[in-house]
Amino acid sequence: MLPFILKRLGLALLVAFTVSFISFSLLFLSGDPAAALAGETASGEDIEAIRRLYGFDRPMIVQYLEWLFAAVRGDFGESYYFKLPVAGLIAERLQVTMTLGVCGISFALLTAVPLGVAAAVRPNSIIDRVALFLSVAGQAMPSFWFGLILIVVFAIQLGWLPPSGADSWRHFILPTIVLGYYAMPAIMRLTRAGMLEVLNSDFIRTARAKGAGEGRVMFKHALRNAIIPVVSLAAVQMGFMLGGSIVVESVFALHGAGYLAWESIARNDLPTVQALILVFSMFYIVFTFLADVLNAWLDPRMRSS
Amino acid sequence: MTDDTLLKVRNLTLDIPVGGGTLRAVRGIDFDLKRGETLSIVGESGSGKSLTSLAVMGLLGKGIKRSADEMTFEGTDLLRASKRKMRALRGDRMAMIFQEPMTSLNPAYTIGDQLIEALLLHRSVGRETARARAVELLEKVGITAAESRLGQYPHQLSGGLRQRVVIAMALMCEPDLVIADEPTTALDVTIQAQILRLLVDLTREMNMAMILITHDLGVVARVADKVAVMYAGELVETGPAASVFEAPSHPYTRGLLRCIPQPGKTERGAPLGTIPGIVPSLIGEVSGCAFRTRCPHAVPGCRAAIPMRGDDVHGYRCVHPDGAISAEREIA
Repeated sequence: MLPFILKRLGLALLVAFTVSFISFSLLFLSGDPAAALAGETASGEDIEAIRRLYGFDRPMIVQYLEWLFAAVRGDFGESYYFKLPVAGLIAERLQVTMTLGVCGISFALLTAVPLGVAAAVRPNSIIDRVALFLSVAGQAMPSFWFGLILIVVFAIQLGWLPPSGADSWRHFILPTIVLGYYAMPAIMRLTRAGMLEVLNSDFIRTARAKGAGEGRVMFKHALRNAIIPVVSLAAVQMGFMLGGSIVVESVFALHGAGYLAWESIARNDLPTVQALILVFSMFYIVFTFLADVLNAWLDPRMRSS
Repeated sequence: MTDDTLLKVRNLTLDIPVGGGTLRAVRGIDFDLKRGETLSIVGESGSGKSLTSLAVMGLLGKGIKRSADEMTFEGTDLLRASKRKMRALRGDRMAMIFQEPMTSLNPAYTIGDQLIEALLLHRSVGRETARARAVELLEKVGITAAESRLGQYPHQLSGGLRQRVVIAMALMCEPDLVIADEPTTALDVTIQAQILRLLVDLTREMNMAMILITHDLGVVARVADKVAVMYAGELVETGPAASVFEAPSHPYTRGLLRCIPQPGKTERGAPLGTIPGIVPSLIGEVSGCAFRTRCPHAVPGCRAAIPMRGDDVHGYRCVHPDGAISAEREIA
């Protein structure tokens, strides 16, 4: 198991390194950063002055390494717009985003996996139909629309929950449902398909022939094998939720990292965008790594490959 | 019914609802099994032999309708036994060995876990005791370094080793009945004989009864006490192995026997026998002898219900009183 983990860790670091280079290059791919900073009315001399001030005149590799070493120490420079250190800005916003992401994926897993198992145990039953309806509806409904419906019903008409903000745990209930419901259909369908396949396999019959009860057959023998692709999917979705929940954050006025990214792109605030891209990529890398390790624990055959 | 009768099955019928009606997969099977006895059920693919064994274990798939006049195992009425009772019997008093050793073990657990589970499901013993029993059984099925094998996963073992593990798992609780469903079919020819020998030796040593399902008559001749020949869901001939091989009475049994080479009798280079034709569809009403479409001795009477002939020991189901043996001799 340990060699496998080390190998995956090495791979993850390589990917992280590549991603850091790409996110740094974005600065130059989006045009002359000095000209963008100086503004439309700036003279050529002003642009040159800014270029020297920010160090854009030095070789790119030098700038990259400098940026990378600073980033590793947690220094992402200063936001062009807020005139504050980017690191602090992101750390503050990440709290909201991570709370929402963890709640969202937990909600998705806790509803999707049991529903998928139940649907697979009795295909074409009422439960299966209900699960199918929920997943189709979840896939078809845009998040912003579903979020608005929930706000109208539960916040405005019933008055049970606050419509926006991030002041208490109650503020997170509606966004969690919206974000979780977005991830739920795919997880549910994958759990159902996996369980259906595994339940037809010979080793399930062996378990029954041993005298194992249905609960044991389902959860000890079947689910462990069926859940493996679900783990990989959930990891990707978790990464997505931490980086891309811009829509949900906007609808519920939760000022998280996704919202910050959207704002910063609009304001051409390159150091912030760069840092956010790096942070979001790191989330993906970390979750993929964790999913690989978890899968290797679940399925011993993966450890050797 | 004498005291040493372990399993008694009367008029077992299995119907499978399919798109175009009902598939009459098994029709009116009778058989008995005594303690320590080996019964071999022989037949082609699709003859219903595996379904018959799954019906005894109570492991039929959803939708398959089972009915019988009688089905008792150690005095338990299997037709009316609760799910809980069946679970208690399965793996403890009756165990099953499946055909595919590559897929019949759970890839996610060590073989030690799976062996130990088989015992812990039925006995309230400690994990250490169960572990010791697992080592004992692995040694019994001829696995060396048993202690260290416990920590291995199925994918780390060869097919032959896995089938030994499957056998060890079936024997963890010392069952009274082992059902082996083509236990050697998926293995290399060189391993087949070893595994079969092992099974026979172990059943004798532990005084277990065995139902051996196979399409290999060579296997049957070597190990079975009794033979039941199935064709298209029916029992066409049943009796002591020696008697069935000596005097095969049903035309189908004779056809099957002609398909296997016999040392000393079959000429080198001469073509082996085949049975022309295909198995009939069993969807809808099936009447008379199912073999009549392929039987060289078929007469109009084959369409009617055919009685079991012969005596209590060796029976066969044929419209011809002598199973058309005289007709066959005339042709020869």
